[in-house]
Amino acid sequence: MLEKIRDRVDDALVAPVRPDVWERIKAMDAGQNEYGFDPFGFNPESLKYIIPLAVSLYRHYFRVEVSNIENIPDRGRVLLVSNHTGQIPMDGMMIATATLVDKRPPRMARSMMERWVPSIPFISTIFSRCGQVVGTRENARILLKRENCVLVFPEGVRGVNKTYDRAYELERFGLGFMRLALETETPIVPVGVVGAEEQMPSLYNVKSLAKIFGMPAFPITPTWPLLGPMGALPLPVKYRIYFGEPLSFEGDSDDEDKVIGAKVERVRQSIRELLERGLEERKGVFF
Amino acid sequence: MTKRSRRRRKQRVVITGIGGNFGRAVARRLHRQYDVIGIDRRTVRHMPKDIEIEQVDIRRRRVEDVFRREELDAVVHLNIMHDPRTQQEEHHQFNIVGTQKVFRLCAEHRVPKVVVLSSADVYGPDPRNDQFLSEEAALMGGQNFEAIRDLIALDMFCNTFFWRHPEIETVILRPVHIVGRVNNAPSKYLRLQKPPTIMGFDPMVQLIHVEDVVTAVERALTPGIRGVFNIAGPSPVPLSYVLNELERSPRPLPEPMLKSMLKTAWTLKLSDWPVPELDHIKYVCMVDDSLAREMLGFEHSHGLNQILRDVQKGPEPW
Repeated sequence: MLEKIRDRVDDALVAPVRPDVWERIKAMDAGQNEYGFDPFGFNPESLKYIIPLAVSLYRHYFRVEVSNIENIPDRGRVLLVSNHTGQIPMDGMMIATATLVDKRPPRMARSMMERWVPSIPFISTIFSRCGQVVGTRENARILLKRENCVLVFPEGVRGVNKTYDRAYELERFGLGFMRLALETETPIVPVGVVGAEEQMPSLYNVKSLAKIFGMPAFPITPTWPLLGPMGALPLPVKYRIYFGEPLSFEGDSDDEDKVIGAKVERVRQSIRELLERGLEERKGVFF
Repeated sequence: MTKRSRRRRKQRVVITGIGGNFGRAVARRLHRQYDVIGIDRRTVRHMPKDIEIEQVDIRRRRVEDVFRREELDAVVHLNIMHDPRTQQEEHHQFNIVGTQKVFRLCAEHRVPKVVVLSSADVYGPDPRNDQFLSEEAALMGGQNFEAIRDLIALDMFCNTFFWRHPEIETVILRPVHIVGRVNNAPSKYLRLQKPPTIMGFDPMVQLIHVEDVVTAVERALTPGIRGVFNIAGPSPVPLSYVLNELERSPRPLPEPMLKSMLKTAWTLKLSDWPVPELDHIKYVCMVDDSLAREMLGFEHSHGLNQILRDVQKGPEPW
């Protein structure tokens, strides 16, 4: 009886996803062991707890349009490097959903979470079952050595929190991802996300308030904090995600910052080109 | 030359703390291949007949006689107390002074090999941990849990000894949660019919069967092996998976509630679980055992199913 109810609930959960897509996701090979879990606790079956929300946002709210997703290799290690924008980091979720539902065969884009996330109840469990990994260098190295697809945002919070006057300008990139790619000989696929900047255009960042509330930033947007909690919802903008040609780099991972920085600049340049193309192609922010 | 002397004598191994469940398991495995001498302050029972036992506290002078009497080939140091109920002071004394004594004797009497059983708990569970900690990771176990501090001190002490006496092969083993037919904390936890869990947390855990740890000790006795090794068994799984396989009905409780309940139970001596040990069912503390598999040639032979079956059986009936 209980089993039946559980099966019903499970079926209802994955209803927004097309059955064939869900089958493919369930059957995905993400390096699970004989017990069905990868070493970080990822289990494709558990995606059912997050995928209904993700797919609804993806298809109906942000109406994501994806270009050249075939640039992500079907197997083997790969590093997705993307711009990071929009106050609320929905871009990671949308990229991950794209690689799951729009790529064949599906791949799980594993991303790195903040080190305090595992200390939050429920979130810690759900995130790790859904393939998120604590952001340490060693963890990223293990993921790549196990031939995973890893998503990184080298701009970090700098990119998320920037104000709207600097929309679509790329912030300074961290160098860690390049050292990692060189060390593990991983190809890099640049990713440009267009649209996310407008979901919450921040007019001003009140740093003193951010400090008081212990938040990375306290943005003032046209709706927040004017409309209260409702104002903190992202606007239904249209997302466009562009995947660039894979880039391969060679060299010493322990090189000076200047040498690594030059290579990082090439990745940054190709993301910039993707963004320019996206901005040119789009006719409006909301459609 | 007589026939007798040409036959190589069996190697002689001293096992300290032989009276425990683990000591017994090691002794039973080693006694055919080695001449085993056991030291323990407890009364030792159910031991193979060819094992010589000295019932003495490791800190006493009489222990020296064991080292003086005959040439030893190795010492397996298991004389480490893990009893949260013992007075902190006595606990610390026993572990640190005892270990120091063993090492001093080994250095004086030129014992070529010392194997020490530490634990992966010295790294400590923490949300910021790498998923798999290597042997070089910092020993952070003591930041919240005081009772583990003497194990850390001891582990560090072994490390200094390692550098001070390069002529002696020191091996430190740091196994993950040892379970099976023993009576330690992880096994006891898994034997609970309704084990409490922390609501919203389900960390990945690594378990290892007692017999596999014995194998690691055996491998560590191989001449030429030295260093620190993490020891792990089958692939990690979430705690909930383990409890599910054991057909337990876990009782998830919010952390503050569980903490205060456990604290009260501890004060009233209803439970022997120190509150900080809850972190083990909250955060990851897993190790990378590739070094042991490569250098030590260690391989686990008990899969998860067998480990769990043996946990079910309860401790050995002595």
